[in-house]
Amino acid sequence: MDFGSINPALLVASIMISATPILLAAIGEMVVEKSGVLNLGVEGMMITGAVVGFAVGVSFTSPALGFVAAAAGGAALSLVFAVLTQVLLSNQVATGLGLTLAGLGLSSLIGKPYEGIKSPTLPKLDIPVLSDLPVLGRMLFSHDAMVYLSLLLVAGVWAFLKYTRAGLILRAVGESHGSAHALGYKVVRIRVAAILFGGACAGLGGAYLSLVRVPQWTEGMTAGAGWIALAIVVFASWRAGRVALGAYLFGGITVLQLNLQAAGASVPVALLSASPYLITIIVLVIISARGAHGAPASLGRSFHASS
Amino acid sequence: MIRLEKRPQPSRLWTVLTPVVAVVLTMIVGGILFWFLGAQPVEAIRTIFWDPLFHPQFASYSRPQLLVKAAPLILIAIGLSIGFRAGIWNIGAEGQYIIGAVCGAGAGLALYPSESVLVFPLMVVCGALGGWAWAMIPAVLKTRFGTNEILVSLMLVYVAQNVLISVSTGLLRNPEGMGFPGSRNFKQWPAVFNGELVPGTGMHWGVVAALIAVIAAQVMMTRHIQGFNIRLTGEAPRAARFAGVNPARIVFLCLGLAGALAGMAGLFEVTGPAGQLTDKFNAGYGFTAIIVAFLGRLNPVGILLAGLLMALTYIGGELAQLMLSLPGAAIQLFQGMLLFFLLAMDVFTNYRLRFGAGVAA
Amino acid sequence: MLRRTLLASAAVALTLGSAAVAQDDPLTAGFIYIGPPGDGGWTYEHDQARQKMEAHFEGKVKTVAQENVPESADAEGAITRMALSGADIIFTTSFGYMDPTIAVAEKFPDVKFEHATGYKRADNVSTYSARFYEGRAIQGHIAGKMTKTNKIGYIASVPIPEVVRGINSAYLHAKKVNPDVEFSIIWLYTWFDPAKEADAARALIENGADVVLQHTDSTAPQAAAQEAGNVITFGQASDMADYAPMPRVSSIIDNWAPYYIERVQAVMDGTWESKDTWDGISTGMVGIGEITDAVPEDVKAEALAMKEAIASGEYHPFTGPINKADGTAWLAEGEVASDGDLAGMLFYVEGINAEVPQ
Repeated sequence: MDFGSINPALLVASIMISATPILLAAIGEMVVEKSGVLNLGVEGMMITGAVVGFAVGVSFTSPALGFVAAAAGGAALSLVFAVLTQVLLSNQVATGLGLTLAGLGLSSLIGKPYEGIKSPTLPKLDIPVLSDLPVLGRMLFSHDAMVYLSLLLVAGVWAFLKYTRAGLILRAVGESHGSAHALGYKVVRIRVAAILFGGACAGLGGAYLSLVRVPQWTEGMTAGAGWIALAIVVFASWRAGRVALGAYLFGGITVLQLNLQAAGASVPVALLSASPYLITIIVLVIISARGAHGAPASLGRSFHASS
Repeated sequence: MIRLEKRPQPSRLWTVLTPVVAVVLTMIVGGILFWFLGAQPVEAIRTIFWDPLFHPQFASYSRPQLLVKAAPLILIAIGLSIGFRAGIWNIGAEGQYIIGAVCGAGAGLALYPSESVLVFPLMVVCGALGGWAWAMIPAVLKTRFGTNEILVSLMLVYVAQNVLISVSTGLLRNPEGMGFPGSRNFKQWPAVFNGELVPGTGMHWGVVAALIAVIAAQVMMTRHIQGFNIRLTGEAPRAARFAGVNPARIVFLCLGLAGALAGMAGLFEVTGPAGQLTDKFNAGYGFTAIIVAFLGRLNPVGILLAGLLMALTYIGGELAQLMLSLPGAAIQLFQGMLLFFLLAMDVFTNYRLRFGAGVAA
Repeated sequence: MLRRTLLASAAVALTLGSAAVAQDDPLTAGFIYIGPPGDGGWTYEHDQARQKMEAHFEGKVKTVAQENVPESADAEGAITRMALSGADIIFTTSFGYMDPTIAVAEKFPDVKFEHATGYKRADNVSTYSARFYEGRAIQGHIAGKMTKTNKIGYIASVPIPEVVRGINSAYLHAKKVNPDVEFSIIWLYTWFDPAKEADAARALIENGADVVLQHTDSTAPQAAAQEAGNVITFGQASDMADYAPMPRVSSIIDNWAPYYIERVQAVMDGTWESKDTWDGISTGMVGIGEITDAVPEDVKAEALAMKEAIASGEYHPFTGPINKADGTAWLAEGEVASDGDLAGMLFYVEGINAEVPQ
């Protein structure tokens, strides 16, 4: 066994690539949950984004256009969830699960003609000067635009929730929809907007998988990434900064366990591949044991103006 | 202006009517979808809903398959529905199903090639215990630390999948299997093979267990104090606590029951229809059962019907793949739509539609 | 038990009666696929062969295919339905369909079954597979010659003899030309999962591998290698020529078409018999894709010479002396591995510093 063979610069670089899809999806879901809605359909929206983004990206040989389309696709699917849960007041858990199922089916239908096709590559933004730094340059400053965009998005969400009036209203709706309604805020409208934002983010995350990380389209390629995003929101206690931390931690473990295998670590393979999930459970336990939940009080409850 | 007005009591008529309307709507929209995919809509719907039962060429095979497919779905969904009633969201039944199969099959294989009639019952017990134990992990974490059971139970599915891979290529690998993954084939071990009890019906022990579970759940939820406690916990958790219901006990009861039933379902599947413990024997039944539970309105009899309906769409869907070259994904989408329509129609059970500008509440 | 079997076969005879009457109908050949034909690897080549076979018979053969059939109880259902729909011969193209194929074959004695890569046969079940390890030997040779870091990464799928054989064959031939070579092996427990394959390729490259061999079916590792630059790969199952000349410098191509034509012809002629086919480079079942200019001229010539020697039967990739990884002797000087040994191979050869996962 020789762990000296692992190149740390490359390792950090690929952790960033591996974390970006779940980071995008998780930050979107966090906003949704902050508004008091639990959308378990992240996986379905991600895979829809993955296929729409890939299809558009390939058809127009433009990854950028692909990402835009993916955001639109994810948002469109989340609209179904929004109508069902906000207008027709359906159970959020069941609707979210249905969304995942429908998204998986829909995406494979759309994706049939795109199987086995190469995607156009997203150019690396070799940030001038910085990317030429030894080690750090390769590690941090020569990624594609989406990696930086995802981090900007985290910062943006953090600032939005903390410093803007709209952010305050969103949180108020999530904490107590009854009082927010009484104060004259349009609870349903705000929640629908949050759901659409979450859908768009999940779509972007999915497209990052199909256009950058893999890059290819295959059925079911998200392989549980959407569920991980949900776990990360809880892990993060609904805080933007910790969402980024959680995503990088999970991405890190996923990549590291493969690196350990490659370096010939004498740990059973099954244990290594289960380790990201086991560690997520352990972290969830530690977080909850400390009692700091921070869950929005109205999370998952239906809101009807007359009730 | 259309608005919704809450009914004082859920409408009994709509409770019964919504599933029917939802199925009809799904057929219509599904038909349009199939038409887009280049199939004759009526033919596609007939292939999915009618042909599995009455097609002269296929019915002899697919009719019994209806019970074979429905049994694990019903068994798992019954367990889940009890938890859902109490507001306990176990969505990791797939993991409990896998671990049940592993424990049950392992217990049996340890006694290979015993011909004793006791081996199979022992395997069933071990399967149930395995599923129960796997479900106890989220239960303990929830009651002890307040950890979210949705996520823990789900993460454990991935862990279970890795356990399954590990044992099917290692501990439980068939020693006479030329090094290939997968356990011994239970179909060739008559003492434990869970085959048809009545030829040509698809009736195996899993079906029997599912029917017993439906009846037991119905009795428990309507006649037994625990059923009342469970419902009370789900509908009014504060009231339940005042009434002296111990929330932790409800968590253990609900998750344990769901885990045991899922574990049993896994064991019946590997010793019967699958015949062998392989890394891919689990076909996502644990996840589909969640839909079955909701489709059946979390009601035992409803679940029985929903399980049969879901099994029918599976079998019909596979037939449509073969006969009409419809992609399997279309069927998945079809099932998702079914759930959506049902959830959407649900609004009529609890609310009344009012037209015209009413007085704001 | 006996009564049950009788009932079952009576039911089958009834349903098949109608199909048997219409003799003028074209022969129907069914295919069961593990993945989508768009995987670019394993299923893609089976599907190509199906199309070539159908074209060869010019309308006298009709084919049906079902893709993405999981290796669960559903496989038995899919094969049964295909048999019920009147297929005369059914090719089940993944290892996990072995027991289901045998079970269905018992119920349909008049339908012929062909199971790929398994070992269980019956009167109406044949097995077929290819000696992929012959191609692996050539890959190992090129890899050993071309690696600069002396580290070769190997993306392995499921620990079954076929995969272990490939690793051993590649290792032996890399080691022969480059004594310093080391293998890093990542097991993914899947044949086809582009996301995992891409991650694995990256991890291997991060560990210093500049050659990545894969025994999984997608082109994702090729894309990862291309992105990294200076890493070479080999097409698996299919040519994967989209990635030539770099990173893909050669490939192993599964060419099933001649076999499918031969077997369907045999059904037409009424000469079909159950048999076990294990062919390699000599019959063309294993093809070696074009060796690109990224490979130095002399290495290319050596590789082609090895291909010739294997094809003519002059050279066997497993020729002693070879020891097992635990140091025990396996093959003596000049001794050639038996097919039985190869079929059940679940050990690494000496020099591979790892264990076959259990």
